[in-house]
Amino acid sequence: MTRALWTHLVKDLRIEWRSLDAIISMLFFSGLVVVLFSIAFDPRGAFSQQIAGGVLCVATMFASVSALNQAWAREIRHQVMDAQRMAPAPGAELLLAKVIVNFLFVSIVQVALAPFFFIFYNLHIAGQAWLLLLVLPLGTWALVSNGVFFAALAMSSRNRELLLSLILFPIFIPALLAMVQATGAIFTGESDPMLWIKLLLGYDIIFTTVSLLLFDVVFHAE
Amino acid sequence: MKKLAIGLYAAVTAGLMVWGYYQAIYVAPNDAMQGEIFRIIYYHVPSFATAFTFFSISFLGSIGYLSFRRSRPEWAQMADAWALAGAEVGVVFCSVGLTTGPLWARRAWGIWWTWDARLTTTLVLWLIYVSYLLLRRFSAGPQMQTLAAVLGIFGALDVPIVYMANRWWRTQHPAPVFGGGEGSGMDPSMVGALLWNMLAWFAWGALILVLRYNVERKQQKIDEAEATAALNA
Repeated sequence: MTRALWTHLVKDLRIEWRSLDAIISMLFFSGLVVVLFSIAFDPRGAFSQQIAGGVLCVATMFASVSALNQAWAREIRHQVMDAQRMAPAPGAELLLAKVIVNFLFVSIVQVALAPFFFIFYNLHIAGQAWLLLLVLPLGTWALVSNGVFFAALAMSSRNRELLLSLILFPIFIPALLAMVQATGAIFTGESDPMLWIKLLLGYDIIFTTVSLLLFDVVFHAE
Repeated sequence: MKKLAIGLYAAVTAGLMVWGYYQAIYVAPNDAMQGEIFRIIYYHVPSFATAFTFFSISFLGSIGYLSFRRSRPEWAQMADAWALAGAEVGVVFCSVGLTTGPLWARRAWGIWWTWDARLTTTLVLWLIYVSYLLLRRFSAGPQMQTLAAVLGIFGALDVPIVYMANRWWRTQHPAPVFGGGEGSGMDPSMVGALLWNMLAWFAWGALILVLRYNVERKQQKIDEAEATAALNA
């Protein structure tokens, strides 16, 4: 890990630690989504096992958008962005640092949300529970790495907060599908999630690589 | 001269479309299993073939823009105009395909829509290119072209992944009619009508594509002239 990456990482963590804005808003929002879904779909018995994976993934997805919108907005004030552009450090390290930071935030939210989720949906895991430790991080990484990249892409536009969701969600669909299918398979224990985990892994590798390669183009676009 | 050529081409295209319609509705026989409703294939398949071709043009245009934006600005502008025209006209043709599909499915399957591999892939493709057009609308200035090109590349990368994901998921769309396994292929009496319609719709799409490209090039030149005038003022 190089110094530029480390500096960005520590800086973003410190900013978040002082306000906890992103984590608190995400936590509350994803909690709301879980409650709203359980009201809308009345999850009882086997049905709750089937939809729980999807609800968890969609709740994470909606919640993380609020944090992703903040990811770059913090840098706009006081022309920090322009300073970043002039800095001799490669843009890819800045992107990677932001992805790691937001990945940590979303993961913290997932861990905090998990107990409520199990209570509200009366879940018991029929499949191999440890695989969730693979599926959720992979899916979150897919969401966050694309999300941070597209937040940078949408930053210079009018109504950028709306635009982020509009361009992120269509691209994220295959990862969402894989994540939902894998968590569903683990909760119900009826099928093997390995295929979906491989798909998630492939998606992560492809899109993270492309993001890192193309980030300088987006970052210096003018 | 240029206008005359475009006019002639448009006339030929119109003729082709009339001929294609005649072939599809009057010449081709009824399908043994599906009856009349199968004739929608003469519009469904050409629309998607055209849409996918134009999306590929858009993808190539995006790559071209990013490659040339520093070295050859003029080429980059042309590539960007192709990227925009391909995406816009592609979305229109894709919408036609997405409309004719459910019309057929309602009769053949008894349902309008199913979340099957090809249907989902196409819908996601459509969503991606609509979001691409939205990005172009919401962003302004020269950086918009760069951002749009990046999104164009991301979108194109996503399509094969969506397709594979859905193949593993579930599939209901008819197996490929051409080059598929046993029972695939079309009766020779139907192939002619399909090829004529393919040609007609492709010619029509190309006409719109070129017109859209020219409009965008003109717009680029107007913008450039305005920018220059503002600098000199």
